[in-house]
Amino acid sequence: MSSDTTPLVVDQLIDDRRTRIIVCCGSGGVGKTTIAAAIGLRAAERGRHVVVLTVDPARRLAQSMGLSSLDNTPRLVTGVRHAEPAGSMHAMMLDMKRTFDEIVESHADPDRAAQILANPFYQSLSSSFAGTQEYMAMEKLGQLRRADEWDLIVVDTPPSRSALDFLDAPQRLGRFLDGRLLRLLVAPARLGGRTGLKMLNAGFGMVTGAITKIIGSQLLRDVQTFVSAMDTMFGGFRERAEYTYRLLRAPGTAFLVLAAPEPDALREASYFVERLERDDMPLAGLILNRVHRSPAARLSAARSLAAAETLQGLDDGESTALGMTALRLHAERMRQAESERRLARRFTAAHPLVPVGIVPAQPDDVHDLNGLRLIGESFAAT
Amino acid sequence: MPAAGADSLNHVSVRDTDWDGVRLHVVTGKGGTGKTTVAAALALALASNGRPVLLMEVEGRQGIAQVFDVPPLPYEERRVAVAPADDGRPGGDVFALAVDPQSALIEYLEMFYNLRQAGKALTKLGVVDFATTIAPGLSDVLLTGKAAEATRRKSGGRFVYGAVVMDAPPTGRISRFLNISSEVSGLAKVGPIRGHADTVQSVIRSPQTAVHFVTLLEEMPVQETLDGIAELRDIGHGGIQPGGIVVNMMRDAELTGRQAAGAAGKISLGSKTRDTHALELALKAAGLGDDAGLAADLADELADEARTARSQRAQRRQLDEAGQPCYDLPLIKDGIDLAALYRLAQALREQGAA
Repeated sequence: MSSDTTPLVVDQLIDDRRTRIIVCCGSGGVGKTTIAAAIGLRAAERGRHVVVLTVDPARRLAQSMGLSSLDNTPRLVTGVRHAEPAGSMHAMMLDMKRTFDEIVESHADPDRAAQILANPFYQSLSSSFAGTQEYMAMEKLGQLRRADEWDLIVVDTPPSRSALDFLDAPQRLGRFLDGRLLRLLVAPARLGGRTGLKMLNAGFGMVTGAITKIIGSQLLRDVQTFVSAMDTMFGGFRERAEYTYRLLRAPGTAFLVLAAPEPDALREASYFVERLERDDMPLAGLILNRVHRSPAARLSAARSLAAAETLQGLDDGESTALGMTALRLHAERMRQAESERRLARRFTAAHPLVPVGIVPAQPDDVHDLNGLRLIGESFAAT
Repeated sequence: MPAAGADSLNHVSVRDTDWDGVRLHVVTGKGGTGKTTVAAALALALASNGRPVLLMEVEGRQGIAQVFDVPPLPYEERRVAVAPADDGRPGGDVFALAVDPQSALIEYLEMFYNLRQAGKALTKLGVVDFATTIAPGLSDVLLTGKAAEATRRKSGGRFVYGAVVMDAPPTGRISRFLNISSEVSGLAKVGPIRGHADTVQSVIRSPQTAVHFVTLLEEMPVQETLDGIAELRDIGHGGIQPGGIVVNMMRDAELTGRQAAGAAGKISLGSKTRDTHALELALKAAGLGDDAGLAADLADELADEARTARSQRAQRRQLDEAGQPCYDLPLIKDGIDLAALYRLAQALREQGAA
């Protein structure tokens, strides 16, 4: 990295006992889950008691941490190297429907809870509402923090189509469930019969009329039943959303924005950095993942290609062919490294105060704790 | 929107492609695989047949505008490019449309219920936002519904668009996105939404529709591709037709694959103490003999490359087992511009994808 960039040293972050939550965010495909797991392992092997909350891990990565089932419960990861003082690592996968169900079960009496869980509208909301996954990830984060069994929580964010969604999601769902519109919709059901009808003015009639046309009366009835059943929980939802939001802004939380050294991912990272700054979220820095470096960087691409051409004019013996392959490959890698550096410089020019850390590209996919450990080595100060 | 009769009948393609008969091309892929770029290239490739093609996006990211370097797209079909001529025949236009569920809902109300004013009032009251965000099935029906409508739209007895290309949600969400009737059936058993969903479904599940997967030769995107194809096949009543697999961002074949692997084999891949004698000789011959450690460093680089190539070959074998046609697209190093899209479109045509 160029000398004018502040280096991001993840080890400092995880060695600081005041750091209680690390949120990894960034667009899809940049390796969020892998980096979150690598941070978790590194921290555990440096004496922290860590839980990694992952939203959507690749199967083999999950297996590498010993997670085979999606059961919404933190599981102990075995094979963590002993540190002094001893650390530990748990990992869990988020089951958003299960998490939502648990909220309902803990806030309503059994009869009412059963009624809500069986409602078709609730089932759709809890398993596929665009903001539910984000909301439940944040809800789970709040729960883990309150449980206070771990001194560090590492969470990767859902692969939202827009990386910013997860900040809005709790408020959006909270606002919706708490909203006037929903109350308006259920007014007739709640007031019941004729009293309800009297309340309707022309405008409201048009609204419900149109809604009935769009979604059909049966669905509207489901919504109404659902809202009546959930009524007592609404205030709770908004409160929880606000609690999580405050938690994210509190000292002790650190946001890491992840990107691959590619134009799209870095553009997303820029948006994300700006959004975090606007919301006063504690941004620790940017991690550039899968960066290409050469152990022979002293040989430039141009010289390497020139040398390969010299060889081309010689006899085609085995060592000549080998040399040509090696030199062309090296030139290619140097060019790639240069174009990645150019992209990184562009980011730094726009965000000069954001520390940047580098994780080198791994020749193989990560399958086990050793692979995670190897990534973790790049978290050290250089 | 293209004017009716903008193209003449003698422009009908006579080339055989892998997807003759497909009119709605759904393009999905894991984040970071270049799904939008591939969708744009496919639209250009299809338009080379001479007929107009509609390229639509559904996620509100304005990715198409970025790829074609035009201002953000409104909810309106706009011409963004012209396909290159093919065999002396002029290329068709590529139109682009950014669909959002809110606008689609208002359009739907207008088309079916003549409720334009009501639509505006509903928007103000937040009802539209409610209806589209809270009932995700509904939102998906509106988005896929727009694609189905454009696919079937006719003017003067023939289709307005030769093909429609949809830059769809990522692989992890694609089967749910397209499997509308099951999403909606839990919510709406009867009523207008249900009726609309059934119409849309009949297009999506017909042989007119194919779902193409964009991937890289890396473990996670390949696994998601295979899972996605299996999920499409598992959807009841004959499933949804999986299309081609586009392996994107392939580096120069000359420098990867067997050659690097073979070369690395000679310097004993993976061993700590590599025999770099042959490489040292070559470097000396090339005039780089005075850097003693260079051979070892370059050997490390070769070994890395060989490991990557080996794991890519393993991923390729996995993709082959899916039994779908695969198309390779080269890595574009200097950013995507129109020239790069033409190049990718050409590569797709040469391989029979369009």
